[in-house]
Amino acid sequence: MAVKPSPKKTPMRELEIEERIKSFSEVALGYTEDEALVEAMRCLQCPSKPCVKGCPVGIDIPGFISKIKEKKFDEAAKILKKYNNLPAICGRVCPQENQCEAFCTVGKIPGSEPVAIGRLERFVADWEAENLVLTQESGPKKGKKVAVIGSGPAGLTAAADLAKLGYDVIVFETLHKPGGVLVYGIPEFRLPKVIVEREVKYVESLSVKILLNTPVGKSVTVEEILKEFDAVFIGVGAGTPKFLNISGTNLNGVYSANEFLTRINLMKAYLFPEYDTPVRKGQNVIVVGGGNVALDAARSALRLGAKQVTVVYRRTEQEMPARREEYIHAVEEGIKFRWLTQPLRYIGDEKGNLVGVECISMELGEPDESGRRRPIPIEDSRFVIEADMVIEAIGTEANRFLLSEFKDLKLNKYGYIVVDEETCATSLRKVFAGGDIVTGAATVIEAMGAGKRAAYWIDKFLQKEYDPW
Amino acid sequence: MLNQIVKKSKLAPGVYEFYVENPIIAAKAQPGQFVVVIPSEKGERVPLTIADAFDGNIRMVVKVVGKSTADLALKREGETLYGVVGPLGKPSEIKYYGNVLLVGGGVGIAAILPIAKALKALGNKVYAVLGGRSKDQVILKDELEQYVDEILVTTDDGSFGIKGVVTDGMDLILRKQRIDIAWAIGPTIMMKFCSLKAREYGLKIVVSLNPIMVDGTGMCGACRVTINGQIKFACVDGPEFDGTQVDWDELLKRLQQYQEQEKLAFEKFKQKVGDLSWL
Repeated sequence: MAVKPSPKKTPMRELEIEERIKSFSEVALGYTEDEALVEAMRCLQCPSKPCVKGCPVGIDIPGFISKIKEKKFDEAAKILKKYNNLPAICGRVCPQENQCEAFCTVGKIPGSEPVAIGRLERFVADWEAENLVLTQESGPKKGKKVAVIGSGPAGLTAAADLAKLGYDVIVFETLHKPGGVLVYGIPEFRLPKVIVEREVKYVESLSVKILLNTPVGKSVTVEEILKEFDAVFIGVGAGTPKFLNISGTNLNGVYSANEFLTRINLMKAYLFPEYDTPVRKGQNVIVVGGGNVALDAARSALRLGAKQVTVVYRRTEQEMPARREEYIHAVEEGIKFRWLTQPLRYIGDEKGNLVGVECISMELGEPDESGRRRPIPIEDSRFVIEADMVIEAIGTEANRFLLSEFKDLKLNKYGYIVVDEETCATSLRKVFAGGDIVTGAATVIEAMGAGKRAAYWIDKFLQKEYDPW
Repeated sequence: MLNQIVKKSKLAPGVYEFYVENPIIAAKAQPGQFVVVIPSEKGERVPLTIADAFDGNIRMVVKVVGKSTADLALKREGETLYGVVGPLGKPSEIKYYGNVLLVGGGVGIAAILPIAKALKALGNKVYAVLGGRSKDQVILKDELEQYVDEILVTTDDGSFGIKGVVTDGMDLILRKQRIDIAWAIGPTIMMKFCSLKAREYGLKIVVSLNPIMVDGTGMCGACRVTINGQIKFACVDGPEFDGTQVDWDELLKRLQQYQEQEKLAFEKFKQKVGDLSWL
């Protein structure tokens, strides 16, 4: 019996709001088999496959969805894994609405939402983790070694693809856990760390060796890496937090989002004192910024027990770069938003503790180089918000920790690595790079796309089919 | 085995010395650098100065001030640390200066040891002032004597050397001796006053800052300090800075940030493991 597909996406079950704000448990609960089947039926299997063009790693989306329709979840998983080494992560944190789903034919039908490709990807990846162990066949050993610096999404993807091609891959990670931004940045309630561990285990099952606590440039020199490996991939992320650099930045209670989230996610400060790393529990928390990191920080502060969390953003709701879905979650949970607001200075008491933030109201002027209307301060509109904690989530810049040791590597004016966009080749022979250290802060899937392209071209280089140097 | 404690000894009440096996770090460590130690799986990332490195081992000196350092001090020989990362930070600028004055207070004395050794090897004349609350807190004096031409000791209670603080010792040396550069490493408040003293004499002084850190690789900004009006990250831009340019009062306040939580964690730990006053 044919049921007419709904014009709307099959909703995904979520944790109750009251429960959400008390814990770091995952908010989105995933599809059941039945829900996944209903959603898969909405896919038209159109031959032009516009959705694939929207995917930075080019997943055969209609292919894996058709296997869901047939209830052949194992085959769906195999298709996913062929293109994407970390599908359970992508299914959760990719901005699908701007990528695959933005191109979906169903979404072009008036009144209709696109197929929930991300939710289906997550369903298949989670089903696979529970139901089967995928053995990946590696190609014949090629007898060549590749160093991957950084174990974030770019590095893990490059490492997995290179291992599948038969290379000996060693990943160098500075922190004590693998995953990069997936473990220190994205909170448990959006991406449970067991999922990351599971995906990392899969990469290790391909014979990729991950060396933790190993800062390249310090415990292993760049010269040693260049000497010992046939090719190198740099995927160290953007790294260093930016600060507004306004008066009072070093008051107690002023955090970079990187520090706040690293304490919570990597060091598990939300479980203090069971875990040793503390974090401040603010009562009135201000988060500065409008991206996903700002929302992650705001929702984390709320879960630590804040009375009020306010996001201040210098533009408006329309310009904020955060994912719509996460913005809705934040609003549901009680996060307040003050649009067109910019902090001017932080006010402290005699002990050096933050007590307030002086802000100024903004209005939108002509579009700037980003195409968004430029915020301009309104004269005489200063006001003070009471706050005992501020988290600045205004972006990151290139961390010079590794790059300062990589002499002769060509950087752009912002300090990011200059590469050939298609092949990820840098100015240095046999060195490739991808992810945020090339593009500046971007998305997990874009970093994975770069890792994938780099692996492809590193293989070509090592097969002597490509050499731009 | 990597990160195994091969030797541990008590240098003073609450002060322990560790030799930890880590040939990778030992081969690269230079004076002035530090490691981040994660004692146990649920532990903090604790920055510690590398006091020495040879034969595949690194040497560190730890003073018990809270839960993480007590956790470390309770580790036995043969046990393995959960993680050790390094060598981090910029090395000390070691070269021939002429006459150098090194001031060490408490466990800071361990941090000046590798600097003294390296400076002496380049032919510098090395003077040192070592300070502690009392005699038993003045650690490693015998060892330092190998690299130092003249040592002055000060103790708060006068139980050893001159009764007074390290800046009194600095005065005694600076009045009679031309010094080309100084290092001061110890408690933050001591380094502040050493820097004020150096300024009085127009002397260049290097200090090694110990702000609260998390990753130690420039990623979080927890360790930011104000140097000459500019924000710097002690983990990657330091830990050594010109002492006369440091905003000391800000640093002292920032060090208090987690005082309450630290106290709570330490109390809970003591409830679990029992009295620790013997450490």
